[in-house]
Amino acid sequence: MRVAYWPGCVSRGFTPELHGSMAKVAPLLDIELIELDRAACCGAGVIAEHNQELADTLNARTFALAQRTDGELMMNICSTCQGAQSECQERLDANTEYRERVNQNLADEGLRYEKGLTNKNFLWLLVEEIGLEALRARVKRPLSNLRVGPFYGCYIVRPVDRLGIDSERPRDRYLHWVIEALGGTVIDYAGVYKCCGFPIITMNKQASLAQAGRHLGDALDAQADCLVVPCPLCHLNLDMQQPGAAKVVGRDLGMPVLHLPQLVGLALGLSPKELGMTKHIVKPTSVIDWSTAVVAGTDDTAVGARRVA
Amino acid sequence: MPAYTLRIRRFDPQSGEAPHWDEHTVEMPETQSVLDAILKVRDEVDGSVGIRCSCQQAICGSCGVRMNGKPGLACNTHLGEAAERGHGVGWNPPEEGQVAPVIAVEPMGNMPVIRDLIVDMDAVHWKKIRRVTPWLVNQQPVPEREYIVPHENMVDVTQTMACIQCGACVSDCLAMEVDPLFVGPAALAKAYRFVGDPRDAQHRERLQDLAEDEHGIYDCTHCFNCIDACPKGVDPMSQIMRLRRRAGSDYEIEDRNNGYRHEHAFVNNIRRNGLLHEADLLPDSYGGKFNPRAVPELIGALPTAMTALRRGKMTPKTALGHPHKAPAEVKRIFEKVEGRSGRVELNLYVTGYEDEPEATGGGQRETATAAEPNAQGRPESVGAGERQPAAESLDADAVASETGTTEGETR
Ligand code: SF4
Ligand code: SF4
Ligand code: SF4
Ligand code: SF4
Ligand code: FES
Repeated sequence: MRVAYWPGCVSRGFTPELHGSMAKVAPLLDIELIELDRAACCGAGVIAEHNQELADTLNARTFALAQRTDGELMMNICSTCQGAQSECQERLDANTEYRERVNQNLADEGLRYEKGLTNKNFLWLLVEEIGLEALRARVKRPLSNLRVGPFYGCYIVRPVDRLGIDSERPRDRYLHWVIEALGGTVIDYAGVYKCCGFPIITMNKQASLAQAGRHLGDALDAQADCLVVPCPLCHLNLDMQQPGAAKVVGRDLGMPVLHLPQLVGLALGLSPKELGMTKHIVKPTSVIDWSTAVVAGTDDTAVGARRVA
Repeated sequence: MPAYTLRIRRFDPQSGEAPHWDEHTVEMPETQSVLDAILKVRDEVDGSVGIRCSCQQAICGSCGVRMNGKPGLACNTHLGEAAERGHGVGWNPPEEGQVAPVIAVEPMGNMPVIRDLIVDMDAVHWKKIRRVTPWLVNQQPVPEREYIVPHENMVDVTQTMACIQCGACVSDCLAMEVDPLFVGPAALAKAYRFVGDPRDAQHRERLQDLAEDEHGIYDCTHCFNCIDACPKGVDPMSQIMRLRRRAGSDYEIEDRNNGYRHEHAFVNNIRRNGLLHEADLLPDSYGGKFNPRAVPELIGALPTAMTALRRGKMTPKTALGHPHKAPAEVKRIFEKVEGRSGRVELNLYVTGYEDEPEATGGGQRETATAAEPNAQGRPESVGAGERQPAAESLDADAVASETGTTEGETR
């Protein structure tokens, strides 16, 4: 399928391995990415906090650019983008007069947003468009023995109404399902639906890192080998800031954190290096023994997880 | 009649015993409330179950509990709905080996338990409410007759006035979980109640106070938990964002928590680059690379930055340079929208939805209340054309703009 693709900023800035691994994984799932390279940052809620109409206009512009492509829908790889954009879209779709006003702002550029865009995070697209069966069928190297803690973050699970989460579309279980479909073991721990603390890192560093550290520690206690996140901002606080978080909570952490496309890519047969895992601060290779990882593995040659220290 | 497995968390701090779960099977229609089930157990099986309640119609705010992990009022949560709630967010997969769906009821979080389902609201919730001066401080001199308050302004604060002080939002506030001193969602929503009221004479003082407090408005991690928790649609997080908007943009309060600087640095960063340049954001949030405040922070961040450089996460180019220029169009949008005299805000709580929103990626579904008249009984129209802040002529302080918010003019 062809999708209008909004990678977000962080996936091309501080976490280039996310954008890179998505580009590698997409063809393996028959996803064609039409990159929206002229679009602007979604504002991550901060622009909306500053000036709502400004945030709504910037995102309406991104939506309009997406609607100009022949993609079936728009896809993002960042929970924060999903949340911030869903919020803007909710307002734009709810009120014609307001939408017209915002469209006026775009008129100079000849752009126009028409109500009713479908915008899905890669996680939702995996489950709802590609399907777990199809995903399972493409697994070349099941993640057997890999104990994965899902970390959803906030923007992709709350508020439930805006994000369309209910018993028919339990999007707050998808990460669990995907881990299982890839052959891994889901580790439930206290932090699954909590906040990584990133939004207050410059305002209250102590509290921010205490949040990150607590969730990493809980995952460690639950004996997870790694966490998986659908959001690069979570990754910044959980991986890049992990050494600082460890200090704040006063314990060794050493918990690798994978981006969702990396986890999928591993199971589809890509190597950790191709997926940019060497770029992480907490190197996944330091705690996961990849030497047994071979393509088309059977159970005993599957990706094996082993704590070495 | 459907049956439910009602699990109640029992705890008496005075007993010295650890908390434990009691389990009862109750047969009741799915449209009865969780409170009905708890009271039935208390009346018929075990009179010692501790629960606080009064009105039983979602007005008094005394029956806040957590049901299957989610906070809310026991009296306005149907058994059927509670059984579907997840331990995480919104959905509960059927538990294996259970005949009847499980509804686990436990006391709210972030507050000490007095007994069983009863928490100490005084120790946390009410203390925080008192912290924000929860009353109107008059303009002086007091007018001879009644105050005339513009309709728009009252509509603006309606949402916060819906609060029934149940504490559900406090229960699951993730910032409070790591920082118990955080003023918190309910109290900050209450603060907006007065900051948004033109009769109050202390807007700046209130904002200054809450911006400077390191546990104030900039301590919220924007986690949305309070939005989902609130049984009254108060949307505490949105009220906090409005407080920030007032403090940062209308009053230009430069707080010592970097909230103001971070917001402005972020917005300017995007204005300049179109995309976010994180490498600039950190120093700018502390007032620019050469601001003395930035130095310790930047040095503190150095080890992280060095590792990031080594791992190829940042290249010297992304760390220092500006590889891509924003399309000029983005800049033009900034100029256009920010150049206007008043901000426009659409508050869906007030306006409602025009018609059933189609499933978006976000896929809002039946949340829509089709083109409902707002709380004031008339349809609100927002966002049409240029519009002056409604309150302008009345009280310059009463806002540069935010009335632009729920505004909509009286027709
Ligand atoms: S949320 Fe982040 S990644 Fe998404 S557009 Fe904004 S800054 Fe970029
Ligand atoms: S967990 Fe953190 S980065 Fe992730 S969505 Fe929540 S606030 Fe954002
Ligand atoms: S959004 Fe802010 S106030 Fe609301 S629960 Fe989260 S941290 Fe607390
Ligand atoms: S804001 Fe909502 S959840 Fe919080 S105390 Fe008020 S009514 Fe209860
Ligand atoms: S009993 Fe009054 S709100 Fe539930």
